[in-house]
Amino acid sequence: MILRPNLVDLKNIGYYLGKIIIGLALTMCLPFLLGLSCGEINPALDFLIGIEVAFIFGLVLCKLCYTENDLSWAQGMIVVSLAWLAATVLGAIPLYLSGHWQSFLDAAFDAMSGFATTGLALVQDLDHMSFAHNFWRHFIMFIGGQGIVIVALSLFVKGMSGAFKMYVGEARDERIMPNIIDTSRFIWLVSITFLVLGTFALGITGVLNGMKPGNAFFHGACIFMAAFDTGGFAPQSQSILYYHSMVYELITVVIMILGAINFKLHYHVWMGNRKEIWKNIETTVLFIAVTVTLIITAVGLDRAGVYPTAIMLFRKGFYQLISGHTGTGFQTIYPAQFVNEWNHLALTGVICAMALGGAVCSTTGAIKMLRLGITLKALIEDIKRIILPEKAIVLQKFHHIKTIFLEDKQARSALLITLCYLVLYGFGALVGMFFGYPFVESLFESTSAAANVGLSCGITAVAMPAALKLTYIFQMWAGRLEFMSVFVLAGFVVAAIKGK
Amino acid sequence: MTKKVITLLFLLSAISYQLSACFAQPISSSELIRNAKSYDGKMVVYAGEVIGDVMPRGRYAWININDGNNAIGIWVSRAVAKSIFYTGSYRAKGDVVEVSGIFHRACPEHGGDLDIHAQLLRKVTSGRVLAERINIDKKNLAIILAGILCIILILRQFKPKSKK
Repeated sequence: MILRPNLVDLKNIGYYLGKIIIGLALTMCLPFLLGLSCGEINPALDFLIGIEVAFIFGLVLCKLCYTENDLSWAQGMIVVSLAWLAATVLGAIPLYLSGHWQSFLDAAFDAMSGFATTGLALVQDLDHMSFAHNFWRHFIMFIGGQGIVIVALSLFVKGMSGAFKMYVGEARDERIMPNIIDTSRFIWLVSITFLVLGTFALGITGVLNGMKPGNAFFHGACIFMAAFDTGGFAPQSQSILYYHSMVYELITVVIMILGAINFKLHYHVWMGNRKEIWKNIETTVLFIAVTVTLIITAVGLDRAGVYPTAIMLFRKGFYQLISGHTGTGFQTIYPAQFVNEWNHLALTGVICAMALGGAVCSTTGAIKMLRLGITLKALIEDIKRIILPEKAIVLQKFHHIKTIFLEDKQARSALLITLCYLVLYGFGALVGMFFGYPFVESLFESTSAAANVGLSCGITAVAMPAALKLTYIFQMWAGRLEFMSVFVLAGFVVAAIKGK
Repeated sequence: MTKKVITLLFLLSAISYQLSACFAQPISSSELIRNAKSYDGKMVVYAGEVIGDVMPRGRYAWININDGNNAIGIWVSRAVAKSIFYTGSYRAKGDVVEVSGIFHRACPEHGGDLDIHAQLLRKVTSGRVLAERINIDKKNLAIILAGILCIILILRQFKPKSKK
């Protein structure tokens, strides 16, 4: 028998959702202040309106649903999934008011793309966008990359035993420190330290490349936020191609890889345990996966004959590949070039890289290296069981911070999430084909959306059907939250309708 | 004499052909990107607004020109780039220029970038600073929402009594 959610459930969900929305309203104060300081009056007004609407919603929810109860697991998951939808709608308000998006759906598409660190964009006339709006586009990637709930946890919640339930709901199932609030704060410490270093490196490179210092450092901060949080938005319409600089590309590659690494691994390296980098299953699998997908892409590009020299082939092939593998989505080629100049083999290499992603507990999306490693270990274990004598005891272990013996439940969990991702990739591809797009392009764009990558082969455009925009929004949301919170929300809705 | 006239006519026609080739009908960025292979290594004419920064690199400079669909990188001599006064941003409408140069779908000199190496650059229209006027509707909406927010904050002072 399914139990219908009661008023206590709704109040708990509403109260914590309200808290997170208030947190979101506070984050909008930064672009508002930036707009004011740059003398951008209308953009500042856009953010003031956004802040006011978010505060009104947040305060009303907190007032109506006031509770001192703690969250249950299901409620925590529902709060997270609803928080991401609320952030998308509220975060889209200042974007839409700017006039750079043709409809509110387009603005919501970009807001979800930003929060989910995807990078697919429907923005128009980006090259004339205000500093405030451009900053917001990148800042929502920074917020989304760490996790919207993490922001609330680390800044606004002092002590809450339900915190871990929301933390897990946001696809972060690893505690770096015993206390979840400390874990959130450590994630911020890492991110802000790298933000300072990365902005400085990119800013100086920009100045040396001939950019005006103000622009160079603003671009540096934006590009860092998009690279470290494996987002993929860029301040100019040409993405990284705008800078015409190999050094700039190299720095972004380093930042993208740093963003694709598990925060737990960051912690151990920060604590001096550098050997962990070479021993960890995730870094090993990432290295193998990048090598294999790079070979596929390079062979494809060589056969296509687009890039006559090995250096050109490597620079273009490796950059798009690492951008796809880390789930970032920066491009140094135009979307149409993927379709017109790259052959299917090269595209397949990039699609595979996008589908696999980076490390768990990082800012990347997709299947992720730990799950791939566990799946491969489980496969090896099963093969050994068949080959070795029946009485032989077969044990598989892997190193992830500590040595762990592989259990069936780990393999099952990894395979289930992998299966969910494959279904999500396929679903988006089917919808794309329904609207008349070719198979490979549909699969490319669908994988890019569901794996929160942001590379585009040209399907993502203002003119694409609204249903396809909604499909990609759903894929970005479900892919970022790694399904469980979305499934729990769906179960909650079913229980509300059919429950007794 | 006749020989000289013929030579002069030939030279004039050659110059006019070159000039017409240099400033022929511009090709759109979409067309250049879509059919990059057929334009590769050929002289093209491309026009649009200069956006972002003019980035000097030694004797040359990079500028990016947006024709309304895409922006394409132009490799141009630094001296010529100095004629660009306004570049497109939130605060300004950039100079609209027409460039004739060699198009590369994967430039061997610049790591495989799709670009144009400019030979001639002509300013079509000069850019300007964009004045910002306050949007009255937005201002009114912000004031109304501020009023609603104040009412909610006042009502919020009446906290429910928690059960002990």
